[in-house]
Amino acid sequence: MKSDLELYDYWPYADRPKIVWPNGAKIAFWVAPNIEFYEANPPINPKRSPWARPHPDVVPLATRDHGNRVGHWRMMEVMDKYKVRGSISLSVGLIEHHPEIIKECVDRNWEFFSHGIYNTRYSYEMDEAQERAIIEDSINTVQKATGQRIVGYLAPALTHTERTMDLLAEYGFLYTCDLFQDDQPQPIKVKSGRLISMPYSLEINDIIVYNSYLATPRRYGQMIKDQFDQLRTEGEKSGTVMCIPLHAYAVGQAHRMAPFEEALEYITSQPDVWVTTAREIAEYYYENYYDVMQADILKRKAG
Amino acid sequence: MTLPKEYLEYPLRRYGYDHDLYDWAMMPQRKPVTWPNGAKIAVWVATELEFFALDQPAKPFKAPGGMVTPYPDLRHFTTRDYGNRVGIQRIWDALDRHKIKSSVVMNSKVAERYPYLVKKINERGDEIIAGGVDMSSLHYGGMDDAVEATQVKTATDTLRKLSGQKVRGWLSPAKSESFNTLKHLVANGLDYVCDWSSDDMPFEMRAPGGGTIIAMPHSPELSDRKIIIDNKHNEDEYVEQIQDQFNWLSKEADRYGGRILSVPLVPYISGLHFRVKYLNQMLDWLASQKGVWFATGSEILDAWKKQQ
Repeated sequence: MKSDLELYDYWPYADRPKIVWPNGAKIAFWVAPNIEFYEANPPINPKRSPWARPHPDVVPLATRDHGNRVGHWRMMEVMDKYKVRGSISLSVGLIEHHPEIIKECVDRNWEFFSHGIYNTRYSYEMDEAQERAIIEDSINTVQKATGQRIVGYLAPALTHTERTMDLLAEYGFLYTCDLFQDDQPQPIKVKSGRLISMPYSLEINDIIVYNSYLATPRRYGQMIKDQFDQLRTEGEKSGTVMCIPLHAYAVGQAHRMAPFEEALEYITSQPDVWVTTAREIAEYYYENYYDVMQADILKRKAG
Repeated sequence: MTLPKEYLEYPLRRYGYDHDLYDWAMMPQRKPVTWPNGAKIAVWVATELEFFALDQPAKPFKAPGGMVTPYPDLRHFTTRDYGNRVGIQRIWDALDRHKIKSSVVMNSKVAERYPYLVKKINERGDEIIAGGVDMSSLHYGGMDDAVEATQVKTATDTLRKLSGQKVRGWLSPAKSESFNTLKHLVANGLDYVCDWSSDDMPFEMRAPGGGTIIAMPHSPELSDRKIIIDNKHNEDEYVEQIQDQFNWLSKEADRYGGRILSVPLVPYISGLHFRVKYLNQMLDWLASQKGVWFATGSEILDAWKKQQ
């Protein structure tokens, strides 16, 4: 084990070159529905057990299924209402299990990126060939089903290896959602090619807010609005990125929908916001800012 | 560092699920249902009467609400017992104000230990749902099939004999099942099971080896245990979440047909002196809404089944 994978350089928040998003926007806003499949009886990874109870662990398994059967529609309809396209963190195996969901997202021109094959299969202990296999499976399966070449990644259940970022860059991915060090994208240090970290935020992720912070639905709605206000203000100095990572099995419970809808209504009615997808943010960043930021990082590092 | 090659093989990567317990279907694909008198929401109050033994085993896990301290944990034993003595009466008083019949999820051990509760349930016209033998008798993956068969039979036979009720519903202790549980439920003539909260509407499940049983929505996310004990939200916030659930389901009912609101109650939680006031507020509010049908699990099941 290493004390630091040295994936990026320390880069103070103050006095960075200014980012201005399209149409002068100060904040780029994207929503990431995690559309996940959890296996009822998965093989066990030596580093992490997928379920707390013996299989089938009915309560959490059924709750996650509720997200796909019921919650997804609720979330999607509300996003439609406020014209927010999703950037989907996809358990790629779900393409075979639940193609109806995939079709609805394709019809809406939502973006897909990979969240592994299943959220019950972890990257820990994978050798390089195995990790390549899940990346290639992701690229090929999504391409075949949707016509999209995926360019983003969020490791399955956030399980990584030391080589994950290098492999993503080698396979031509534009961004990773796995790193939470900043509210702006940042060039990542990879062996070959280029990769940026895309702000995704675990702190406003519905699962973390509901299951770790144990927030009420109304508090979650308020947190989303407060985060937006803060990042838009800071975006006057240099454009920021805000993502709301969602899971239909959490936010799509009926008692949680109204505060989420209110938060989306608030954000999409504000000035200076670019409502977009992760891919569009990444492409704009590469075109306009990657080199500038890389130079600034190196300049500051040199002192 | 390498994983066995099976870790990257997916033999069950196919349409639908990686199990055969039920079929995949999304919410908008369901046939709309209507409830009696044009009600939009069927509300069912499911009250749990559980027996937590002082020598509760921890294998393979402890049911929520179980013993915590070293033996003898009189603290939790008596706190749970309080629910079966005092708490349940407060809940019944609250329900009586609106003439609401409850569905009572009952361990058979509770019926044996406290015949008063069975008598009272029958007088009120409440429905008994089999809740297993007791909170020590878990159902779980990998358990001995013969043991599980005995547990299901003991629980249903005992409750039927002591109550005279047909006993059509089942909710496993800790909502835990093995892959064979449904087989035993079907073998014992049970019509519905409340463990699978995969949907907001009932759906058919397949028992291994043949036979079917209906899954009845019973939301763990909306239970007093989850919101008040696990999430540590206060009572106002509990009431608010039930109201928000009702309001959202009502909007959906206008577009997609009748919906179901489950209100799971634990007497040692909602039946506490300082808390029952909020239960009353919640029930008052629900009773004042238009288009509410207070029903038992079996009543909802029968109304739903007729329209399939």
